[in-house]
Amino acid sequence: MAAGQPALRRRSIAPRLGRVLAPYLLILPGGGWMLVFFLLPIVTLLVTSLQSGDFVTGFEFTWNFANYGLGLDLYAVQYLHAIEYGGSATIVALLVAYPAAYWIAFRAGPRKSAYLLAVLLPFFVSFVIRTLSWETLLSDNGPLLGPLKAASLLPSEFRILATPIAVTGGLAYTFFPFMLLPIYVSLEKIDRRLIEAAQDLFADPVQVFRRVILPLSFPGIFAGVLLMGIPAIADYVNQDLLGGVGTTMVGRVIEQQFEVNINYPLAASLAFGLMLGLLAMLLIYQRIFGTREIMGD
Amino acid sequence: MASPGAALRLEATRGAPPGAGTRARARSRVGGFLLTGYTHLVMLWLFAPIVVMVIYGFNDTHGKFNIAWSGFTLKWFQHPFSIPTLSSAVVTSLGTAALGALIATVLGTMIALASHRYHFRGKAILDAVMILDIAASEVVIGSALLTLFIATNVPLGLLTIVLAQVMFSIPFVAITVRARLAGFDPSLEEAAQDLGASPLWTFLLVTLPLILPGVMAAALLAFALCLDDYVITSFVSGNTLTFPLWVYGATREGVPPQVNVIGTFIFIGGGLVAIAGALLRSWRSRQLARATSS
Repeated sequence: MAAGQPALRRRSIAPRLGRVLAPYLLILPGGGWMLVFFLLPIVTLLVTSLQSGDFVTGFEFTWNFANYGLGLDLYAVQYLHAIEYGGSATIVALLVAYPAAYWIAFRAGPRKSAYLLAVLLPFFVSFVIRTLSWETLLSDNGPLLGPLKAASLLPSEFRILATPIAVTGGLAYTFFPFMLLPIYVSLEKIDRRLIEAAQDLFADPVQVFRRVILPLSFPGIFAGVLLMGIPAIADYVNQDLLGGVGTTMVGRVIEQQFEVNINYPLAASLAFGLMLGLLAMLLIYQRIFGTREIMGD
Repeated sequence: MASPGAALRLEATRGAPPGAGTRARARSRVGGFLLTGYTHLVMLWLFAPIVVMVIYGFNDTHGKFNIAWSGFTLKWFQHPFSIPTLSSAVVTSLGTAALGALIATVLGTMIALASHRYHFRGKAILDAVMILDIAASEVVIGSALLTLFIATNVPLGLLTIVLAQVMFSIPFVAITVRARLAGFDPSLEEAAQDLGASPLWTFLLVTLPLILPGVMAAALLAFALCLDDYVITSFVSGNTLTFPLWVYGATREGVPPQVNVIGTFIFIGGGLVAIAGALLRSWRSRQLARATSS
């Protein structure tokens, strides 16, 4: 009897300990991976951004905050371009996506999921190839502008490629699903009885939309602008392939400083500055439009 | 359709000035027609570059730049792998993406299981880190990773590509699998354990088969993300070229039509998997509906 008791106690503790430890053991590998390769790099980015020196003599950590001032000084225009093109692309995508999402949610009937799949299918093609195809399509004598110019409908020096319009259009295209899908989900969730109730109370279609559907889809718009805005502002591939010399965005500058100029401290300060800028915009945006909207349900 | 609301509306229009109801209805029908047309125009816009990619794979181009149409040919489709560096870049892409997706699927599924089943300290922090990982911009993540590898003297190449791809895929896997687990009945696991199954056997025989569709979907998503990634991979790849990197590098000297052909293959492959998945899902839900109704 007395000998059996400790064994019994041990058996009752072991499963309890297992239950306490189990979640941590399960998240340890994945969480550790993100800790080492996502959070730690942000620290080394910050540390690198405060170094001084050059590639030949080596870099040294010196609390060199001057990198940030220098980066802003040199590349203020490119920061502004990023906000301008990324911001207008987000607005364009919102205006294009909303009616389409509305139609799929309310009018597509049983073919709803087929249309949704069709929206996503183009994005199975590599991002770089899609952007290249736009370059082909929009090129000065390409399949779109060539015939129009041949028919003298457009002056021969007219161009879309290498202009801000091409960059904005490319960004709006690249990140389009990030805008459409959240809006679609929020429209799809709307209780149809609310719309019927509004109609029963003699709301005309415009009023139904403005007073019922639009407010209920705000969470989707909020999420879409967020999910699309961040990558669009930081992207440099669209600008590089579709834009010209005068349209450089800050993402491109960061990449060039790392890969071509090998000025790691300046490049890191630009990247960390971009991250802080995006975070600040996100917080302001959340303050103005967010709170209840995103936490809604 | 014949809701009480509709009947009421009919009554209401009867009292309104003659013609007002029909005019409003006609207006809304025109509006609906316009909206239908508009949505299909958006679809056309979404597919335009895909059509261009496929068509230019058939272009009998002779110069370096594949922009002017110079006749139809099948030769690029007959010899899609005639550029050795391009072919090896494709192999590199498939290999790193498969390995990255495999690791991310295992680790992400473990996180999903932990956060579905247990309440533990730090859960909110874990969620926040995963959301940040998804939302953070690629340029920032790529350059941050590069500074880590420079600081720790890790040589850039296949290893660093996989490390990076797993990192950005884990949260996508975890969220996808967790969504699948949300509809999971815990009493099934309890039943298995009551019948004497150890936690491992419970997982292998009960949990895994039930969440397998979600795990497969997550693995495919991770594979697609890794295969397509340009920005982060370009920062940590060193001299190693993946397919997107090769294509991007070729833009200066002109992209050969083989790229269009391989792009078309990837599009068809991905499209078929997506369509098959959608059909399977609708078939399953129909089966389920039939089973529950009978």
